[in-house]
Amino acid sequence: MIEQHLSLLLVVIPLIAAPVTAMLPGRRLPWLFTLSVTWVCLLLASWQLSVVMNGSVISYELGGWAPPWGIEYRIDAMNALVAFIVAAIAAVTLPYALRSVEKEIPEYQTSLFYAAILLCLVGLLGIVQTGDVFNLFVFLEISSLSSYVLIAMGKQRRALTAAYQYLIMGTIGATFLLIGIGLIYAETGTLNMLDLNQRLQPIMEHRTVHTGFAFIVVGIALKLALFPLHLWLPNAYTYSPSVISVFLAATATKVAVYIMLRMVFTVFSSSLVVLTSYMFLVLGIVGVILPSISAIFQTDAKRLLAYSSIAQISYMVLGMGFASVLGLTATLVHVFNHALMKGALFMAIGAIVYRVGSSRLENFQGLGRQMPWTFSAILIAGLSLIGIPGTAGFISKWYLVLAALEQQSWLITGVILLGSLLAVIYVWKIVEIMFFRPVPETVIEVREAPASLLIPTWVLVSANLFFGFNTELTVDVAGTAVRLLGVTAP
Amino acid sequence: MIDIIFGHYNYWIVVVLMMAGFYTVISRGNLIKKIAGINIFQTSVFLLYISIGYVEKGTAPIIAEGYTVYSNPLPHVLILTAIVVGVATTALGLALVVRIKEAYGTIEEDEIHDQDMSL
Repeated sequence: MIEQHLSLLLVVIPLIAAPVTAMLPGRRLPWLFTLSVTWVCLLLASWQLSVVMNGSVISYELGGWAPPWGIEYRIDAMNALVAFIVAAIAAVTLPYALRSVEKEIPEYQTSLFYAAILLCLVGLLGIVQTGDVFNLFVFLEISSLSSYVLIAMGKQRRALTAAYQYLIMGTIGATFLLIGIGLIYAETGTLNMLDLNQRLQPIMEHRTVHTGFAFIVVGIALKLALFPLHLWLPNAYTYSPSVISVFLAATATKVAVYIMLRMVFTVFSSSLVVLTSYMFLVLGIVGVILPSISAIFQTDAKRLLAYSSIAQISYMVLGMGFASVLGLTATLVHVFNHALMKGALFMAIGAIVYRVGSSRLENFQGLGRQMPWTFSAILIAGLSLIGIPGTAGFISKWYLVLAALEQQSWLITGVILLGSLLAVIYVWKIVEIMFFRPVPETVIEVREAPASLLIPTWVLVSANLFFGFNTELTVDVAGTAVRLLGVTAP
Repeated sequence: MIDIIFGHYNYWIVVVLMMAGFYTVISRGNLIKKIAGINIFQTSVFLLYISIGYVEKGTAPIIAEGYTVYSNPLPHVLILTAIVVGVATTALGLALVVRIKEAYGTIEEDEIHDQDMSL
């Protein structure tokens, strides 16, 4: 009975829970309720993943209306994998949230804050679950609006301008997507993704379809923070509350990558893919190198990680650019692994912010000895970010390099390796300041972060190590997902 | 030629509004004007959808005797949703502008930038 409605419950449960959370009083109660909701979501998402892992597809008709007229939730391995990432990150972030939110958010806003987190979760899960392009737009806006609110909750006043900037860029992106959807609807008269795929094939040469495609790709690229449309991202990640940096860095852009894959490969999936693959490759190459260089010169740890995120997203875009089975597998695996490493890193930085009150690197001096657990978390997650063998980051880089070699693209292989070298520099920068610099004498003793912050961080750090050895879940599921995308090009 | 200009005048209006709104968002430094620009930009998309749903000589999509040609109701329904989203975005954007005004004492982008840089 439940299994039948699994795909819908994943969206409906947090949706109903959000207004309830908003009405709960105090600090603990809304937190506890949100925590239980995210764990239920994780349970449902893992269940859903276990059902479709073997390559089967769940099709759920909303309200009993048969597709393509009604809205269809169509779950294959790719949706289930991304939904699992989102739910898992939410479930790990929430235990972390209690102490961090107590410190950063005033009490009267706490319940609303958690309600906004749940709404953001609804949006992200909804985007992943739905098989209807307009429904996708609506969920995208739900998640975006709630994330603007969440970013604006940051302590510094620059959080407000960061949220405003993101609101403007995000709305332009979403409106572009809306224009694109309108144009392809005008051509085909349908909104269902699979139906669109069928009906677009014979009219692929129409100029309206081309225009719609361009609007859709640019719109999603804004949400994806694809270089050079990434300008909103560094401020948004830097000034938002620690919990939100963790949650958004690990989920929001990943979901945007999913939308891009769905739109380009499921909805359009033909001659137009060739056009985008050149664009993705060029932007990917530039996007790996330039943001990595910017990351090296940052003086704020969160901003450094934000620039590194843009570079990592560019790796995913490179994988899409290959448009091959290996390339897309690398993209999906990196979506998963990057969520793990960036989640862990932002959590560790959040733990330092909890103790020190600032994420500026100058305040990190000598902290490595005083906060050894936090420091080693940063070290291991940093190694994963670089792509050292034995960590999750290595697996995705490995597949990406394989994909590049398969197409004998030496330039891109070189770029991927160069990106890793640059990552060594910026990760080393944090390590050097934290471990090898003496503690300034003016600073009072700093204690290790509380256990409720450390345990979630270490859960993600261990996941980084676990998925560095066990590739069954990541690579196999990603492989199944790519096979279902029907990529035939080499 | 005449047909392209006058036969599709609704689409021309959409294009002009879209570009005007988009240009306002990009070029203006005043945060409220930017929101107004976003609004115009979104409204042009609403008009685009409504134009798509138009059927020549069609009536409102209500079943009644003597009428067989109806407008396509689906784009109208879609755009109702998009209007709600647009209202929410505007409300949130204006709320942020109020908070920015309280924090910085100005809503001009360059003055806010100067204040951030001078820290």
